[in-house]
Amino acid sequence: MTVPLSYYVALSAVVFLTGLLGVLVRRNVIIILLSVELMLNATNINFVAFSQAFHNIAGQVFVFFALTVAAAEVAVGLAIIIALHRAKSTINVDEFQLLKW
Amino acid sequence: MDQVFFFYFALVIAASSVLVVAMRNPIYSALSLLIMFFHVAGLYVTLHAEFLAAVQIIVYAGAILVLYLFVVMLLNLRQDDRYHRQWPVAAAIGSVLAIEAIVLTLLKGGTAAVVRTGQESEAAGLGNTEALGDVLYSTYLFPFEVASLILLVAMIGAIILAKKDLEGRQA
Repeated sequence: MTVPLSYYVALSAVVFLTGLLGVLVRRNVIIILLSVELMLNATNINFVAFSQAFHNIAGQVFVFFALTVAAAEVAVGLAIIIALHRAKSTINVDEFQLLKW
Repeated sequence: MDQVFFFYFALVIAASSVLVVAMRNPIYSALSLLIMFFHVAGLYVTLHAEFLAAVQIIVYAGAILVLYLFVVMLLNLRQDDRYHRQWPVAAAIGSVLAIEAIVLTLLKGGTAAVVRTGQESEAAGLGNTEALGDVLYSTYLFPFEVASLILLVAMIGAIILAKKDLEGRQA
């Protein structure tokens, strides 16, 4: 492997940080879910890179499971967004303060 | 040659992930996420994970992103939502984590040499898909079944959450 492992880790860190900032900064719930997808993809890049570096296929199996969980998360999250939009006809997170003390 | 491919994929992945967060229109965000998914699939091919590259394109780009675009167009959003008030907190957390990442990347003198552990399925002369299936259906059979249960629960939950009213009850 001519590309060092640390390059993959650095790329994954950049993508994860971008996703984290998106979750914290944006107010649109759909963009927040897209940022969660960014973070999941960053962990997947790490899993595959380490799987290649250690010659162990288990990392790719875990990417498979992370993909499954991401699909489930998207289905439930978008259903929640549709229910929220039906209740308050907005998807701005500042408007949802029912559980805020 | 490997490094050229890696830097191309890494550059496009980083740029399109920044665009996902920065774009004002959710449709443009979803489309730049699509570009990012394709380049992550290309990165998997350079890492000899061909099956995962195919699954990445089929599941992420084909199913998940289409679902996002469907919801964005269903809700017909306005574009006036911009950034949250808590952006100073976000900037503080983000800069601390970025500094930590840079320091840890620069201090790579402490990284151990590459460890060869067991389960070298790829060394057995199998292809990537055969090796993955071999491990998935033997060692990880129970997590595989649990994953199918998660998908079933998510499907039922999504239907119940998005349904307008169940059997005449007001939602």
